[in-house]
Amino acid sequence: MAKLGVNIAGVSFKNPVITASGCCGFGREYDKMYPMEKLGGISLKGMTIRERQGNPPPRIAETPKGMLNSVGLQNPGVEAFLQNDMPFLEKRDTVLIANVAGSTLEDYCAIAERLDSSKIDMLEVNISCPNVKEGGVAFGTSCASAGNVVSHMRRYTTKPMMVKLSPNVTDIVSIAKAVQDAGADAVSLINTLLGMRIDIATRRPILHNNVGGLSGPAVFPVAVRMVWQVASQVSIPVVGMGGIEKWQDAVEMMMAGARAVQIGAALFYDPYVPLKVIEGIDQWLDQQGVRDINEIVGTVKPW
Amino acid sequence: MSYIQSLFPITAKKELAPGIFDYTVYCPPIASQAAAGQFVHIRADGFTLRRPISLCQIDRQRQTIRLVFEVRGGGTQEMSHLSVGDSMDILGPLGNGFPLLSPENKVIVVGGGIGVPPMVETAAHYGKNATAIIGFRNSQAVILKSDFESLGCDTRLATDDGSAGYHGFVSGLLKERLEQGPADLICACGPMPMLKSVVSIAQQANVPTKVSLEERMGCGVGACLVCACRTVRDGKEIFTHVCKDGPVFDGDEVVF
Repeated sequence: MAKLGVNIAGVSFKNPVITASGCCGFGREYDKMYPMEKLGGISLKGMTIRERQGNPPPRIAETPKGMLNSVGLQNPGVEAFLQNDMPFLEKRDTVLIANVAGSTLEDYCAIAERLDSSKIDMLEVNISCPNVKEGGVAFGTSCASAGNVVSHMRRYTTKPMMVKLSPNVTDIVSIAKAVQDAGADAVSLINTLLGMRIDIATRRPILHNNVGGLSGPAVFPVAVRMVWQVASQVSIPVVGMGGIEKWQDAVEMMMAGARAVQIGAALFYDPYVPLKVIEGIDQWLDQQGVRDINEIVGTVKPW
Repeated sequence: MSYIQSLFPITAKKELAPGIFDYTVYCPPIASQAAAGQFVHIRADGFTLRRPISLCQIDRQRQTIRLVFEVRGGGTQEMSHLSVGDSMDILGPLGNGFPLLSPENKVIVVGGGIGVPPMVETAAHYGKNATAIIGFRNSQAVILKSDFESLGCDTRLATDDGSAGYHGFVSGLLKERLEQGPADLICACGPMPMLKSVVSIAQQANVPTKVSLEERMGCGVGACLVCACRTVRDGKEIFTHVCKDGPVFDGDEVVF
């Protein structure tokens, strides 16, 4: 039995597998299939200071080896979350990561402040949602605005802050460095890639929002590349995600430099993927004679 | 309510009409707890998203479920290639079904096109006390008529082109049926314009309705929030979700 525990920004995870924001709700649904305690952590559905209704349907479309979504951050707002969902989550022995988003700098700060006294273990700062008209990715596409969000939030929270980065930028490394310099404790990447599908019969985009975020196995190589580039240029921990569907993908992502991984779209076709990945990594480490998962992080040998 | 995901063997397969497939799957854990109007989420090999299919019939004795679906795109095409003896990857049972009143109640089930299959299990509960109003594009597309008849339902058929049964929409047959006598509940599944007219006719006759909705779906369990539908709850228009809050809604709360 190899040691599977990892530490990210002072938070201990029992294993490196986290469910990705937006794919696992507030944990209740998949808890009906297996206990959430088995996961290293849960990145909760993106939340905002006030309730949001999200975008009109259709909000999802199949794509080759993937999917597009444009939910638009539908969520009940932080107060309703704390009242209705936090009591359930608090009892679960797994790392709770609140994914927080806003339309304004003040929104980000207010939600950080509101969660500071909660039992949330870590904040994932969502400056990369492609599906909202205001805020979201607008904060994540320039170094100045990304850094600004982080340095302002820092004044309102004592929780570790992991910043979720958008791949829809010219140079993701410079954004990662900017948030590191502004006080981020970790980065997670990648959020979805902006995409579009059109129904040729109706000439309408399938998504009502016209465009949406691409995820699933199709984006995996892009994610590995970006994790590798970022991990080699920042000193804070990197959490890798984008298209992971089997344990080999998780190992690959960790070799690229990720300290932990998140799994999202794969849950939709196989809800048990996170457990299979944990088990697969465990067996592989034993076969390899590796005693501690941390020993594989960043061990890619570039040509 | 818990749900499970696993592989289950297909025990029978038929093509009911061009592109409409009828599968029986041996699925004890779902057959034992599923209810009329619930759905299962089927994995199509090579596709990221599962396809939601309403339960057509649930046989607790034989521990089977019956699924009838139409080939609409690549995913359902792939599913239609499965044969007897193959396994189907099923997640379910999911969602909230139709309420079942005591069987003496007079209930009208209304189905349009591929919205007809989900009405069979509900009709079976009421048997001869049910009126089944089913509508299709034309005579070639007619499915499951004999199923409703053998359950003892007063079965009324409509086709858009008049090539079989009543010439017109199910709404015409529904008005006719309501003029003939009272009903305690109307349950319906079909295209949105059909559901809209069913609800409006029922409201005029003061009969409560339950309608089963459809929307492009992701997880199927309420986690991803993609299958949004407009509903009015507590006087406020909000996006609820077909998979978790539905697929069956009060006709009065749906914003058409």
